[in-house]
Amino acid sequence: MSDLEAFRRETRAWLEENCPQSMRSPVMSDKDQCWGGRNWTFQSEDQRLWLERMAEKGWTAPDWPSEYGGGGLSREQVKVLRQEMARIRARPPLHSFGVWMIGPAILKFGSEELKRQHLPPIVRGEIRWCQGYSEPNAGSDLAGLQTRAEDKGDHFIVNGQKIWTSYADKADWMFCLVRTNPDVKKQLGISLVLFDMATPGVSTRPIKLISGSSPFCETFLENVRVEKNQVVGEVDQGWTIAKYLLTHEREMIGGFGRTAAGQKTLPQQAVEALGVEQGRLADGMLRGDIARWELDAKAFEFTAERVVDEAKAGQGVGNASAMLKYYGTELNKRRQELLMAIHGSDAMVWEGEAWNEGALARQWLRSKGNSIEGGTSEVQLNVIARNILGLR
Amino acid sequence: MTGLVLNDEQQMLKDAARRFMQERAPVSQLRKLRDERDETGFSRELWQEMVEMGFVGTLIDEEYGGSGFGYVGMGQVFEEVGRNLTASPLFATAVLGATLLRNTGSDAQKQALLPAIADGSMIMALAVDERARHAPHYVETRAEAQGDGFVISGRKVAVVDGHVADKLVVSARTAGEPGDADGLTLLLVDRAAAGVTVERTIMVDSRNAAVVTFDQVAVPKDAVLGKAGDGYAVLQQTLDVGNAMLAAELLGIAQEAFDRTVKYLHERKQFGVTIGSFQGLQHRAAHLFSEIELMKSVVLKALTALDQQDDSAAQLVSLAKAKASEVAELATNEGIQMHGGMGMTDEFDIGLFVKRARPMQQLFGDYRYHADRFAADRGY
Ligand SMILES: Cc1cc2nc3c(=O)[nH]c(=O)nc-3n(C[C@H](O)[C@H](O)[C@H](O)COP(=O)(O)OP(=O)(O)OC[C@H]3O[C@@H](n4cnc5c(N)ncnc54)[C@H](O)[C@@H]3O)c2cc1C
Repeated sequence: MSDLEAFRRETRAWLEENCPQSMRSPVMSDKDQCWGGRNWTFQSEDQRLWLERMAEKGWTAPDWPSEYGGGGLSREQVKVLRQEMARIRARPPLHSFGVWMIGPAILKFGSEELKRQHLPPIVRGEIRWCQGYSEPNAGSDLAGLQTRAEDKGDHFIVNGQKIWTSYADKADWMFCLVRTNPDVKKQLGISLVLFDMATPGVSTRPIKLISGSSPFCETFLENVRVEKNQVVGEVDQGWTIAKYLLTHEREMIGGFGRTAAGQKTLPQQAVEALGVEQGRLADGMLRGDIARWELDAKAFEFTAERVVDEAKAGQGVGNASAMLKYYGTELNKRRQELLMAIHGSDAMVWEGEAWNEGALARQWLRSKGNSIEGGTSEVQLNVIARNILGLR
Repeated sequence: MTGLVLNDEQQMLKDAARRFMQERAPVSQLRKLRDERDETGFSRELWQEMVEMGFVGTLIDEEYGGSGFGYVGMGQVFEEVGRNLTASPLFATAVLGATLLRNTGSDAQKQALLPAIADGSMIMALAVDERARHAPHYVETRAEAQGDGFVISGRKVAVVDGHVADKLVVSARTAGEPGDADGLTLLLVDRAAAGVTVERTIMVDSRNAAVVTFDQVAVPKDAVLGKAGDGYAVLQQTLDVGNAMLAAELLGIAQEAFDRTVKYLHERKQFGVTIGSFQGLQHRAAHLFSEIELMKSVVLKALTALDQQDDSAAQLVSLAKAKASEVAELATNEGIQMHGGMGMTDEFDIGLFVKRARPMQQLFGDYRYHADRFAADRGY
């Protein structure tokens, strides 16, 4: 038996024993997601147990080194863990910008001190992070950001405004892009700094989305003190790190369209809602549209797989994240449109317990943001054209 | 399982195929065959070189003179064939013929025919469709049992390499009605047999196809491939292998059309700048790039599934052929449009890619056929 098979057996047994039954069903609403952090109230005892047990093994960040609390697993082992979790339909124990975004950046560019300070609490789900990139006048043109950080010797004083900051009102810390040098080319005067949201001068105001909830905020920064040791990498070198971090974010967002373990597939939902006649979905035109989507969705799934396999084998074009982000989010928007069509007027209901509080319509509207957040589809196409095809 | 990447041997075969097609069978070769109105539509000399390179025997087991290199390997050869629009009997003979014999041939049939395929001395063709749109169960052609054998009558269209083939495999009805899957039988017929008429059809891609008519063609009992009446399932297996190779060839076509188009975007100047600086074109090129990335994945996935005899191989082949057809259509159409008037010029090669892509999309089922088959297989 290979080591990997042994690992699979152990993992399967461990999951069987440690994953609570109620955590073995698909995430149906935002409430089912566990985000952790200082202010988190667990939805259930099982949710708390599941996070604690997984964090104990470092499996909330399975590929991070174990010295910082991660699982220390190889890529192959991570894949096995994912497969085994999917097998029992286990929910992710933790949703975390820490794990998905700032963690990998600290691992790659951060000082030893920053790694020891920040990574373990991320793994344990104790500190929740938010991303302070966008500003009112710096969206797609992110490098044009104007939030100023003034050098005061051993610390910076930060002034400015961020916008569209997801979960800023719930987060404990922010990773934030600031201008540390206004006199050079815009990309060369940016730094990535970390601060506690409880620092004096930080305030947030929620913004309501078309989907009805208010997950993102305006964030105001007034004379916020940031210690010098909280700069990730070198001062003025933040742009490279910001871009590295964006590739992680993009791969994550690009994956949103995938059907999660245990979720009904789009065709299954269509068959249930519309029925089958002579072996074919009863609505012929819709069937064609669904098939077109599913062909693309499968092709996309295999592409995500191939990109990983190529990276493992040291091949591939690199730069895949822009393509995955672009295609994955457009695919998810198509999926949501098809779900609305399949469920017809049922999908248009906005309120009422019997209608799951309009979850379908709300998800559909939320998906529109997928091709905006993390860099718009148009920006991804620009990146592909410029960086891969060399067109400029 | 190494995942969705080529192993070293497969990569070497791909590299060898790339070098060979570029040097020995580039697009200019097809142009020459076309312009000289070559009788056979391919070069015997080139075919023999392809035998020596081992391409022809890729799917044939070693005991019959091949290399047994498998479907992923052959797919790499076809990708390069697509890039160079290489004209040869590789598809009909070394893929369809070889697969039919490997999967269903008796020991005697294999002994007699597989080595002849591998050494290039025999060319084969598969006569399956009777309608202009692929419908393999719609078979009117009949094979009536008579004496010790069968007598075949009917008409087949779009028979690739039909007019140069030495042997034909024909699907004919020994029972049932047109439209039934049951009652189909596959038979080996000599091209030279009495009653066989072959009419070459000059196709848009300047490649070989034929209408083949069978008029009371008598064949012996041992001309049957596999079991009489059970031909449909075997035929499907062969069509799956064929469609996977067509998808691989379409991948080569799409990539080459795309590379040439991007090159043109870098070169052509209008309004004092290269046209590649226009965002309207950049976004279309970037979208096409993404589609081609997806196409690569589905083609490799289907080929791998065939090698592994995966239960879902048929579904994955339909996925690959559907996606490959869709993207090749987009890539060749965008290729013409972004070349402007140059794209409409016969002297310029880009048009040859669009002309090759469409017949391959149609052959054995286009996007719609395979999207339908995929959906049905997925239970909707
Ligand atoms: C749900 C959601 C969550 C978000 N969460 C966060 C967060 O947590 N933290 C954070 O910092 N930000 C967050 N954002 C902000 C997001 O990153 C920005 O909205 C995004 O980068 C686009 O910027 P913008 O909104 O200013 O749009 P603009 O840049 O004004 O774009 C408007 C339109 O113009 C197009 N456009 C702009 N420039 C070009 C160009 N060069 N070529 C072609 N087209 C162009 C765009 O594609 C778009 O269609 C979030 C956004 C959403 C929707």
